[in-house]
Amino acid sequence: MSTAPTATPVLEFPPTVRPLSADAPMSPDAAVSVRGLARRYGEVRALQDVSFDIAPNTICGLLGANGAGKTTLMSLISGQDRPSAGTLQVFGREPFDDAAVLTQLCFARENQAYPDTFAVRHVLTTCPLFLPHWDADFADELVETFRLPLNHKIRKLSRGQLSAVAIVAGLASRAPLTFLDEPYLGLDPTARRRFYDALLRDYAEHPRTILMSTHLIGEVEGFFEQVLVIDDGRLLVDASAEDIAELAFTVSGPAKAVEAATGDRQVLETHRIGGLASAVVLGTPDAAMHRRAAESGLEIGPVGLQDLIAALGAAPHGSAEARAHGQEATR
Amino acid sequence: MASTDPHGQPLFRTLAQTIERGIVDGSYPEETQIPSTNEFALHLRINPATANKGINLLVDAGLLYKRRGIGMFVAEGARGRLLAQRTERFAEDYVDPMVAEGQRLGLQREDIVELVSERAVSAGGAVIDAAGEPASTDGRQPAEASVRRSPGAAEAGGRR
Repeated sequence: MSTAPTATPVLEFPPTVRPLSADAPMSPDAAVSVRGLARRYGEVRALQDVSFDIAPNTICGLLGANGAGKTTLMSLISGQDRPSAGTLQVFGREPFDDAAVLTQLCFARENQAYPDTFAVRHVLTTCPLFLPHWDADFADELVETFRLPLNHKIRKLSRGQLSAVAIVAGLASRAPLTFLDEPYLGLDPTARRRFYDALLRDYAEHPRTILMSTHLIGEVEGFFEQVLVIDDGRLLVDASAEDIAELAFTVSGPAKAVEAATGDRQVLETHRIGGLASAVVLGTPDAAMHRRAAESGLEIGPVGLQDLIAALGAAPHGSAEARAHGQEATR
Repeated sequence: MASTDPHGQPLFRTLAQTIERGIVDGSYPEETQIPSTNEFALHLRINPATANKGINLLVDAGLLYKRRGIGMFVAEGARGRLLAQRTERFAEDYVDPMVAEGQRLGLQREDIVELVSERAVSAGGAVIDAAGEPASTDGRQPAEASVRRSPGAAEAGGRR
């Protein structure tokens, strides 16, 4: 089976999923409002020209390949790092070194550093010191849910247990803006289920803003109200869950018929096997496409978000801003 | 849980259809309460906002209504209205695709008609009229209602 990147010109996304312009005014009522955000390390551009808003009490998914800039972005928003350029506001203020904002945040990740002598229970007793919304009963429930050994040293925990500790801290914090950076690492499917259930249940009862990065998109895409896709340091897509669900579709069947049916469309990716092909196509199928499909024995179907992200990663593209500034496509 | 169901339909629409099926097959009787937005969200593992959207579709269609402080209820006459809608769409949703496929296979009109007659009789099916009552065909006793009890909420739970 061959996967051929299609030689198409720079992709153009529908306006519904296009990121904001850096010139758009900030949104003071947003939980997070970002314009033209950049982070450089010498020559390396970890993030450039990132602009978006996250409305309060939204579960927002942050998607993209490893190294695309997700963790960098979360570090900036959570005030752990300073941008090289651009403006960033969390609850209307710049987060870096601002105690009033920082107490409203909680950043949960599996590779969190703790003092060397800490046991699990020390995490639970120290978290409330800097997380004013901490719910100790909920924390205890979660410890039980994930079967965490309270007296074990953090440095002796497995990866999955470390993720569980992060989840306990992240959820029991009830922080108005909670960051979950790949929270599922090392968790088996059962534990992941418990995490998803705990997350949804608590979010329903205690709405707050949650920004979650993930590679296991298929398992959680139903959670997201908003999806941000980062690619190579740029924001590729900023969409509601519905809009991204309609961003692309698949056309499958005899390879020649697929080509004929999609010739006038933007194709992200085509898989070929023998005389059959399956293409991931930008946009939505219109009446003409359905007719052509029926006539040529083609099948039209949806693209899961996981496959869509993979196809976006494979396709040559550039942001609208990059084209406007005459830059080449990033790939 | 995907943001679209296996047919590429947005999740909120799938939820709306699940509830509609429950209304039609009697799992959610008229004037009784249905699970809350949050309960559906948890059950299907979707964002409560998505679940809310699906429920609001049905509220806007007059099939559900809210009793303040209590929850969502199935409106009176909802079942009958849904059945009437589906009856109207039966030809377009079921007959047209069947005829089209039959033609693709080179079947004659008479072949298709005969197939339908055979199958309809052997399934013991009866047409349900718009009031939800089995309609008798050519004077014979109507066979048992052929509306399959769809699993309703159980089906939704199976979807992951």
